[in-house]
Amino acid sequence: MNKNHFKGTGRLITLLFRQHRLKIILWLSGIIGVSLAVALAYPELYQTQDDIMGFAMTMNNPAMGALVGSNYALEDFNIGAVFASEMLLFTAIAVAILNILLVKASTREDEEVGRVEIIQSLPVGKLSYLTASILMMLVVNIGLVLLLTLGLTTFGVAIFTWESSLLYSSILGITGLVFAGVTAISAQLSSTTYGTNLLSFGALLFSYAIRVIGDVQNETLSLFSPLGWATRSAVFVQDDWLPVFVLAGCFLVLISIVFYLHLKRDMFAGLLPNRPGKERASSFLKTTPGFIWHLEKGKIIAWFLLIFLLSAAFGAILGELETYFADMDIIELFLADSAGDNMTEQFITLLVAIMSIFSIIPSVSILHSLKGEEMAGRAEHFYTRAVSRNKILGTYFGLSILSAISMQVAISLGLYVTSSQVLENPIDLMTLLETTLVFLPAMLLVIGVALLFVGALPKFTLVSWLYVVFVFIVLYVGNLLDLPTWVNDLSVFQHVPAYPHETIPWNTMGMLTGVSMFLTALGFIGYSKRDIDG
Amino acid sequence: MSIIEIKDLTKKFGQFTALEKVNLKVKKGEIHGFIGPNGAGKSTTIRVLLGMLKADAGEVSIFGKDAWNDSVAIHEQVAYVPGDANLWPNLTGGQVIDLLLEMRKQKPNEEKRQHLMKLFEFDPTKKCREYSKGNLQKVLIIAAFAADADVYILDEPTSGLDPLMERKFQTHLLELKEQGKTILLSSHILSEVERLCDTVSIIRKGEVIETGTLDELRHLTRMNFETETMQPIQELENMPGVHQFEQDGNKSTFQVDKEFTNQVIQVISQYEVIHLSSTSPKLEDLFLRYYEENEERADDHE
Repeated sequence: MNKNHFKGTGRLITLLFRQHRLKIILWLSGIIGVSLAVALAYPELYQTQDDIMGFAMTMNNPAMGALVGSNYALEDFNIGAVFASEMLLFTAIAVAILNILLVKASTREDEEVGRVEIIQSLPVGKLSYLTASILMMLVVNIGLVLLLTLGLTTFGVAIFTWESSLLYSSILGITGLVFAGVTAISAQLSSTTYGTNLLSFGALLFSYAIRVIGDVQNETLSLFSPLGWATRSAVFVQDDWLPVFVLAGCFLVLISIVFYLHLKRDMFAGLLPNRPGKERASSFLKTTPGFIWHLEKGKIIAWFLLIFLLSAAFGAILGELETYFADMDIIELFLADSAGDNMTEQFITLLVAIMSIFSIIPSVSILHSLKGEEMAGRAEHFYTRAVSRNKILGTYFGLSILSAISMQVAISLGLYVTSSQVLENPIDLMTLLETTLVFLPAMLLVIGVALLFVGALPKFTLVSWLYVVFVFIVLYVGNLLDLPTWVNDLSVFQHVPAYPHETIPWNTMGMLTGVSMFLTALGFIGYSKRDIDG
Repeated sequence: MSIIEIKDLTKKFGQFTALEKVNLKVKKGEIHGFIGPNGAGKSTTIRVLLGMLKADAGEVSIFGKDAWNDSVAIHEQVAYVPGDANLWPNLTGGQVIDLLLEMRKQKPNEEKRQHLMKLFEFDPTKKCREYSKGNLQKVLIIAAFAADADVYILDEPTSGLDPLMERKFQTHLLELKEQGKTILLSSHILSEVERLCDTVSIIRKGEVIETGTLDELRHLTRMNFETETMQPIQELENMPGVHQFEQDGNKSTFQVDKEFTNQVIQVISQYEVIHLSSTSPKLEDLFLRYYEENEERADDHE
């Protein structure tokens, strides 16, 4: 390959780091912070081998295997395996998301808005910008590996040896790099940032889904997913490095393909064809709700499908789960605190809680789009016409609620279509709908938080995302982290009843809705009083 | 000697032919205007010239070097200003200017940099996300002018600038020309092209339809006439070589093809002239004429 293609890469790396340093620091500290906190909390929580065995038995079943990709034999469990079972897959996904966001921003997005063009007019090689982006990701991921290894070995208990900690961190880093490669390829295929996002996150979802099905039904299938490989190293027990090498090989292949594709295409162009659009605005599009639906529909439809498919994947394994639980009386004794409850249903309740957090993402994102329109200077196009602020914000608000309801319906439908085929005693759709919709007041409150920031404090909209992450952390590892009760109680999902085991506390639900309406009202008032920024 | 040379350049995007056998030459030390309607292929031509798009056919060179293969070497001596500035939102204007200069492998000229900042009244301490469109454009202009280049390629560089800044920009371009720099200026502002350019190329639907000095182009075209006579002029309207004839009582305005000037004057003189003025066509008239005429021709073909 021509050496000139890479001229000036060094300077561009500096440029990209300056541009993205805040994002990188926040993400890395978040990922490393949560990992270390959990690593420290576990030895306290699981002090005896019996504790560990208890955990192992809850992990060692098809359902948990499907959810978190735990692949340890029952007798192999140690405190490290407990840690990896709970943390590895989800941390790997977080790292993958970081990689997707950074690569997308430094490849297709910079090209689409014309920054690459400015650089390309300088004595800089044709592959330099792309190479700089990939090298930045190498530095970020290797940095993560080193810092996390250092943290785990320094603060962790004896099982966190150098080798195991390095392997654990390396799996995260190399999985991240594979998705950096996937995103870089998406950026060559699609000519827009939007399309790049869609392809990359689609690939991540697809990897997760085929790993779920593969882990439960057909091991070979999982080997087609980077996430399948990521969970197959038996880290802290056998410390098998093969998955790291396989993923590293995969990364190298992806990068070679990216370079090849990049040289083959024109600047600003993608390799996939663009379709011509409609010539006229339909009468629905001409209304305010129609217009905003048109702006946001891609997001809603994509998330609906994502959540439906994930739920369907989990629904599909409920049959095996039922059989498994039927065989294992001991687990029933261990897990079922609320006596007499059906294990499968208990699992569904946990699953619905986790899925509901995903459901809230598009709702928050829809409200944030309004700020995005403002920042991009497009809000002035409607506010200089006969449209009121309340109408616009109200429409975004309505769409956000509609999205929340749709996502909960997607969970119910997804679980229903597959579980009804595999369960001996199928759960009826009504029960599933009730189980998911019971989260609505809590979701309304998160929507209220997002609306408050978009409406009244647009500089701090990041807080709504941090809150969503906080809710997720409390739900997933809150009981392990030994946080004060009041901190846990700040998470709105803590107040949602474990329906159908518990009855619905209508006064709590009313409270949540009330607080949500209060925040929403503040947001509307703030929005009608503040400056529009663009 | 031509510094920039494009020979039979063809560029296709899938089925769509963006450029068809485009020819363009810019000689050392001249300012060449590159004009044409939206979507005609100006920016595509410039991007091929800068080695960002690969030509499907034809030869494209700067300093005799191939625009695609030798782009890195060429760009050490080329400065480019695009019309649409979108910069890195987290960096300040000053940082971006430094960075862009640094990448040229030249020692940035501190004096020049300061001079330009002052000239364009530019505040380099703001983040790029805070600048208005005009100020973002200044970042790119200063970064280009502060560099020590032999060729300047400018794609609608003054979009977003106020008239005062536009004037300063034009004055600076003329200074560069005096220093023997070669400049390719794509622009919609025809008065700017008229004021600055030695030669002009007009591009339409991916084809260069006319090229030459402004005087040469003017010879190909019509004079504007304005008359006032004692009696209304009658037979002019249908005379060959007379166009866009408009009459208001005793006053009339029209255009005359160069070769018919004499005949037209003879006709007018029979009507007791009170007032007669003729002006050379502005570039704008030229441009419109070429555009409309070719539109008609194209329509005839279809």
